Amino acid sequence: MKSIIPASMAKKKDRRRIGGKGQSLASMAQQGFNIPETLFITSDLYDEFVRLTGLRERILLELHRKDFREMRWEEIWDCATRIRNMFLRTPIPPKLEIMLKEAINIHFPDKPVVVRSSAPEEDTASSSFAGLHESYVNIRGIRAILEHVLKVWASLWSDAALLYRQEIGLNVEKSSMAVVLQEIIVGDRSGVTFSVNPNDARQGIIESVYGLNQGLVDGAVEPDRWIMDRENRKVIAHSPAKRKHWIIALENGVKLSHLPDTMSMQPPLNAAEAHKVFDLAMNAENFFNAPQDVEWTFKRNDLYVLQSRPITTLSPQTPKDNRGWYLSLHRSFENLKALRENIEQNLIPGMISAADQMSSIDLMALSDAALAEEIKHRWEINHKWVTVYWEEFIPFAHGVRLFGQVYNDTMHPEDPYEFVDLLTQTEMASLERNRMLEDLAERIRMDHNLAAQLESKDYSKLDASFLEQIQLFIETYGDLTCSVTGATQCDQDAQPLFNILLQMAAHQTVSNKHRKSRRTDDLKKKFLSRFEADQKSDAAELLDLARTSYQLRDDDNIYLGRIESQLLAAVQVARQRIDLQESSKIVGRPSTALIDVLADLDHRSKPTSPYERKSGQPFEVKPRQLIGQPAGPGIAKGSARVVQQHSDLSDFKYGDVLVCDAVDPNMTFVIPLASAVVERRGGMLIHGAIIAREYGLPCVTGIPDATAIIRTGDQTTVDGYLGIVTIGSSDI
Amino acid sequence: MKNTDEIQQHIKDLLSNQKLAILATSDEGQPYTSLVAFVASDDIKHIFFVTPTSTRKFANLKKDCRVSVLINSSTNQASDFHEAISVTIIGGAEEITTSKRKIYLKNYLAKHPYLEDFARSPTCALVRVTAKSFFLVKNFQRVMELHLTDEIDHTGLNG
Repeated sequence: MKSIIPASMAKKKDRRRIGGKGQSLASMAQQGFNIPETLFITSDLYDEFVRLTGLRERILLELHRKDFREMRWEEIWDCATRIRNMFLRTPIPPKLEIMLKEAINIHFPDKPVVVRSSAPEEDTASSSFAGLHESYVNIRGIRAILEHVLKVWASLWSDAALLYRQEIGLNVEKSSMAVVLQEIIVGDRSGVTFSVNPNDARQGIIESVYGLNQGLVDGAVEPDRWIMDRENRKVIAHSPAKRKHWIIALENGVKLSHLPDTMSMQPPLNAAEAHKVFDLAMNAENFFNAPQDVEWTFKRNDLYVLQSRPITTLSPQTPKDNRGWYLSLHRSFENLKALRENIEQNLIPGMISAADQMSSIDLMALSDAALAEEIKHRWEINHKWVTVYWEEFIPFAHGVRLFGQVYNDTMHPEDPYEFVDLLTQTEMASLERNRMLEDLAERIRMDHNLAAQLESKDYSKLDASFLEQIQLFIETYGDLTCSVTGATQCDQDAQPLFNILLQMAAHQTVSNKHRKSRRTDDLKKKFLSRFEADQKSDAAELLDLARTSYQLRDDDNIYLGRIESQLLAAVQVARQRIDLQESSKIVGRPSTALIDVLADLDHRSKPTSPYERKSGQPFEVKPRQLIGQPAGPGIAKGSARVVQQHSDLSDFKYGDVLVCDAVDPNMTFVIPLASAVVERRGGMLIHGAIIAREYGLPCVTGIPDATAIIRTGDQTTVDGYLGIVTIGSSDI
Repeated sequence: MKNTDEIQQHIKDLLSNQKLAILATSDEGQPYTSLVAFVASDDIKHIFFVTPTSTRKFANLKKDCRVSVLINSSTNQASDFHEAISVTIIGGAEEITTSKRKIYLKNYLAKHPYLEDFARSPTCALVRVTAKSFFLVKNFQRVMELHLTDEIDHTGLNG
C-alpha cells in the first residue's frame, strides 16, 4: 500500500491514514470542488519513520518518565520541547527520504506549499483539535518542506496536544499523524465561512480578510463579517473591520504587514462574492450532510477551497473542555510585549514601594490591637501580590518559552536548553545579592582576626564597618535571617548568616561572573545570522524580550520575597510579645487579638514520607533511585541537606546537596556552597534550575515528595544528565 | 543440538532476538541481579550494556569484575516450559573508555535506538562482558555447555 497518495487517488477507507481533514479534501477534490494540488503523507509513513529511527520508543520513554498526572505544566512543556528537538535532529531514513522527495518533485516541482497536520484522531465529532497541531504556510524547496513535515509530526507531541489528549482520554501510544501538502494559492482575499451560525440556525457567517488566511485564523487580523440568510442566501448584515493589516507571502514564509490605504477603504468582498463563498459552504454542507466550516481564498476571480471540516461547537454533546486554556498557554509576541510594559512600568515599582512602605513602620511601637491589624493588612498585601504574580508574571515567563521554540527550530541544537545560555548574561537581583555575600566572605577569608571572632561567636568586638556591610545587606535584600532566629538583636539575628559566610570563606566558591559571556555572544551572533534582513530585527527583539522575561522570573521572586518577609517580621514581633506575656506573668493574659490573628495564618506542616515505616509493619521501604527532570547537566555526590524552612539553611555546609520543595529566592545564597540541587517542583526553567545552571551545578527537579523521602545526611548522588537522584551507598 | 555449530547458532539467535538480559554481579559474596538492555557481538564473545555509574551494579563491578548473564526467550506462558530457551553466560566485565567506545556505542544504539539519550549521557558507562562459558538450556532440562578458551583476569574494573 502506498504511503504517499494524491488527493485524487484517496479512497474512503484511507480515512484512518490521512485523517478527517485529508479525507474531506480528497472527497471534495473528487467531487469537482476547486481544491489546490494536494498530496497526503499518510500516518503509515509517520509510523514507519518513528519505528525505523527508534523515536517511537524514545517518545514513550520520555512520556513515561513520570506519571503524567504528577507532572506540572512546566514539566509537560519541557517534555514536549525535548520531543520536538528529537524530531528536528533525527534524519529521515534514506528509504523514506527518497520516497518523499520523489513524490514532492512530481507534484510540486519548484512550487511552494502549505504543510498541514491531519491527525487521524482529529475531527471526530466530539473533539476538536483545531489549533493544537501546527501548519506552515509558503514553504519552498525540498529541504525546507521535509523539515516542516518533521515539525508537523512533532506537533503531535506539543504540550497543548498532550494535555488535551490526556483530558479526552486518547491513548498516546496510538497517536499518529498524517501530513497534507498543498500547493499554496497566494490569494488576494481569503476567509472562513460557517454554513450555520452557532448562535442562530437560520443564519450562516462569513469572515474575510485581505491577503492570506493565517492572520484571520490566529487572530492577528480583524476580519469583515457578514451574517447570511440560509434560506435565500442573501446578506442580512455586514460589520466592517478596521482593516489595518494583512498577511502577505514572502519568498519563504509569510508576514503581517500594513494594508495599503486603497484597500482599507473597501471591504474584501462585494455582495456577489459574498454570495459565491456562501454558496460554496452550502454546497459543502450538502455534500457532507453536516454543517461545515470552510476555509477559502480568492485569487483574482478564482475561488479555491483550502479545507472544510464539520462545525464541532454545534454538537450539544460536546463536553466542556479545556482546549482554549491549553492554547492560551502559548502567548503571542504582541501579547508578551504588552505584559512586559505593564510589569516594568507599574508592577515592579508597585512591589518595591509596598515593601518600602511596610518596612518604614516601627512594629515595636504598635499596640497589640494595632499590630494585629497590621498583620492582617500585610497578609492582604502579600496575597494581592501573590495573585499578581500568578496572573501577570507567570504568563510573562512564556517569553522565554517562545524564544526557546524559535531558537530550537532555527538552530536544532544538541541540547534543547542551549537557548538558556543566551539569556543568562542579564543581571538578576539574586546574583547581585550573592555577589555581595561573596564580598563579605572574602573579607572574612582575608581577615583571620575577624574569622576567629565569628568562629568563637564573640560578636562584641566585630569591626564596625563589617557590621555596617551586614546591615546594608539585610536592608537591601530583606531581613533574610529574621525568619531564622526570630530575634531582633543584630548579633543573634545575623548568626546564621555568619555561619554561611564562614562556610563560604573556608571554601573558595565559584563566582559565576563572566563565566559564559563569550559563549553567549557567539551563540547570539550565530542565531541572528540565520535570519534575513527584515526578520533579523524581529529575532533580536524577541531575544531582548526573552532576556527580560528570564530576568524577571528571578527578580519577581526577590521582590515578592521582600513583601513576604515584611509579613513575617510582623508575625515574629507578635510571637515574641505572646511569649513574653506568657512567661512574665506581670501583664496578665496574653493578648487575644494577637493570638487570634496568628491562628488565622496558615502554617505549613512538616510533610511526612509516604514510605514512613508504620508500627507493627514487618518491612521497611527505602527509596533508592528517584526519577525527576534533568534540569542542569553534571553529576555530584554529597550529603543531603533537606530544607523545609529557613532555619534549616543556617546549618548548610559546603558540598551539601540542597533538597527542597521549591528553591525560593531567599534561599539562593546557599547555592554557591551546594554541590547539587534537588527540587520537588518540576521544570527546566523554574527558579532553582535557572540558578543551578548559572552556577554549573547538577540539578534534578520534579521529584515528588523530595523533602519527605530524602533525609538530611543521606548520601545523595545527583545525575543532572539523566534526572536521577540516587540515595544511599551501594552496600546491600 | 547435534553439533557445535548448531549450539552456537542457537546462542547467536537468542542473543540477537532478545533485548534484555539479567546481569548478576556480587558484593563481597552477596549476589545481586539487574535487568540490562544488551547487544552481543557477531562472534558472541562479547555482550555490551550501558549503566549509570551511580548504580549498585556498577559499584559491584568495580569491586569484582566476574559476572553471570542470563538471556532467555520466556514470555510468561505455560508453554515456556517446553518452548523457551535460555543461555547463562559467565565471564568478566570491563568498562570501555578507549576510542573503541564510539564504535561499540553505535552498535548498541543500532539495536536500542530509543536509548540514545540514556546511553550518550556522560554519567553512563559502556560495559563489555567477555564470555568465558555458555550454558544453553533447551527442552526444559537439557543443558549443553560451550566454553571459550581465552583467559580472563578476575580483578575488579580498572584493575
